[in-house]
Amino acid sequence: MKPMVEIKGVSKRYGKTTALSEINLTIDEGQFFALVGPSGSGKTTLLHILGGFVEPSSGQVRIAGQDVSYLPPARRPTTSMFQDYALFPHMSVGSNVGFGLLMRKVPKPERVDRVAKALDMVGLSDMSTRRVHQLSGGQQQRVALARALVVAPKVLLLDEPLGALDLNLRRQMQQELLHIQKKVGTTFVHVTHDQEEAMSIADVIAVMNNGHLEDIGPPARVYMKPKTLFSATFMGESNMFEGKVIQRTGEHIEVETVFGRLQVSGAAEPGATVHLSIRPEQIKAEAGGMRQLVALGKLKVEEVSFFGTHRRCQGRHATSNHPLILRLPQNQPAAAGEEIAIAVQRDDIVLLAQ
Amino acid sequence: MMRRAFKNIPAVVYVALVYLFIFMPVAVLVLFSFQDSLLPIPPFQGPSLRWYQAVFSDFRIMGALGNSLMVAVVSSALSCLLGFLAAYGLARYTIRGSGVVQWLMVAPLSVSYLIIGMGLLITFKTMGIPKSLIAVIIGHVVINLPLAFAIIYSQMGEHQANLERAARDLGAAEWQVLVLITLPLLWPALLASFFLSFTLSWDEFIIALLVSRFDVTLPVEIWSLLRSGLNPKTNAVGSLVFIVSIILVFVTEFLVFGRRKSQ
Repeated sequence: MKPMVEIKGVSKRYGKTTALSEINLTIDEGQFFALVGPSGSGKTTLLHILGGFVEPSSGQVRIAGQDVSYLPPARRPTTSMFQDYALFPHMSVGSNVGFGLLMRKVPKPERVDRVAKALDMVGLSDMSTRRVHQLSGGQQQRVALARALVVAPKVLLLDEPLGALDLNLRRQMQQELLHIQKKVGTTFVHVTHDQEEAMSIADVIAVMNNGHLEDIGPPARVYMKPKTLFSATFMGESNMFEGKVIQRTGEHIEVETVFGRLQVSGAAEPGATVHLSIRPEQIKAEAGGMRQLVALGKLKVEEVSFFGTHRRCQGRHATSNHPLILRLPQNQPAAAGEEIAIAVQRDDIVLLAQ
Repeated sequence: MMRRAFKNIPAVVYVALVYLFIFMPVAVLVLFSFQDSLLPIPPFQGPSLRWYQAVFSDFRIMGALGNSLMVAVVSSALSCLLGFLAAYGLARYTIRGSGVVQWLMVAPLSVSYLIIGMGLLITFKTMGIPKSLIAVIIGHVVINLPLAFAIIYSQMGEHQANLERAARDLGAAEWQVLVLITLPLLWPALLASFFLSFTLSWDEFIIALLVSRFDVTLPVEIWSLLRSGLNPKTNAVGSLVFIVSIILVFVTEFLVFGRRKSQ
């Protein structure tokens, strides 16, 4: 795949504070790319640099091979879908959608045709003459999407566009966004603080924190094998613990932890202290039977809550008292005070970078 | 129901008295402009339009009326233009010391017209600018610019900045953003400040008196008429001034608030 967006050593400083430090990343053509991170992590600043609303303090941004680092928004092959939609209240829905085409001096017959197609794509074909304030929040959202896509941008930038919607509508719009993205094939760069949203729609996720990239990769990899401590905590619940590296054998290291000696894939120097994580759903509550499992000892259950698809069980390791979270199947009730033998597959113990 | 109506009686009387106090002088002025005798004092005789006829055939009053219209239109347009430019700059760009600039922009609102007029008189004299209608226009821009700025600035918030950003993102050049987005959205605020400036300029007296000489505005002309004693003709001119002001208020109401209601 061809790289569509290349960000090379981009930094942004506001006075003495650094909003972004030395960001390097590549987004491929046709990718649905999600930038996630807590507020203040720099994800929105990075999106604004892509859109041309903020100039980088240093570094280079290339879109479709062209250096756009200092080009104004109007001259970039990007359009945006804003958090507050930013629909023009003094224009009809049709004029809103046609605005970008008008600016590009597309002749009227073609403009009318393309606006109709764009409205049709978002399921609002009969709303062209409506005023913006007559539409519901979800409909305004679709108009904003149609307005941004009708000019056939190379990259569509989405600035937390689903933030204002209620949960159900939000899930529905996520699916629709995904569907439309696959249909038009445009590269999407989507900013969100909702890691579930990012995982469910993106091809590639970049986790940001404090102005730098923590982790970047496909959702399954970022979730199951997070690279850093931050990435592991931000992308859902996880059990964290420390260990001391005893020895290194080829691809593996042996680590002394509160759960005993564990074999972990990865590399670290003997004697070093490392951080490890295990996702709650990877801890198995029945140690017997499966050979390849690594026994972790016993868990003393403190609290169990039913979540529909699973039971979330919180407790402490019986011998070390280290706190642990795990997910039990729906059909396996557990009571507080009970002790359960726990185990994990070796591959599910993840070595984290600081 | 009855009891509540009774309870309201003192309030209704009070409100009636307040409005009587406010509108009585104007009502008397308008009433005696239709007086058929030589003095605008009771008893009322008439009605007659003879004093209006006298006003319309008086070339000095008609000249002053024309001057007033010209001064009001030009000074209001200038105030809106300059107020818009200042508001746009201060709302859209981060400038060092913009707080101070803003404060200085609206500070003249708290200075009395007499002080502004005297200041202008001294300034014009040292600069060699003669007393004239142009001087009056400058004076009225001085008093109306702060108002126009404050009204327009208040309408240029974050939301409108986002809309302008969206237009740029869709490929609009700066002038297109201004013409297609900023101005249409600011239309009510621009009209409101224009008509408010017009009304204030239309019956402004002190500054106009101090900095004009041969060509004068209507309030100054009325003042010189009053110096030669009471006369129903002055009532007729005053009524005309009042009617123009009322029409302006209604036009503003209709254009600005009527539009907003229908949207």
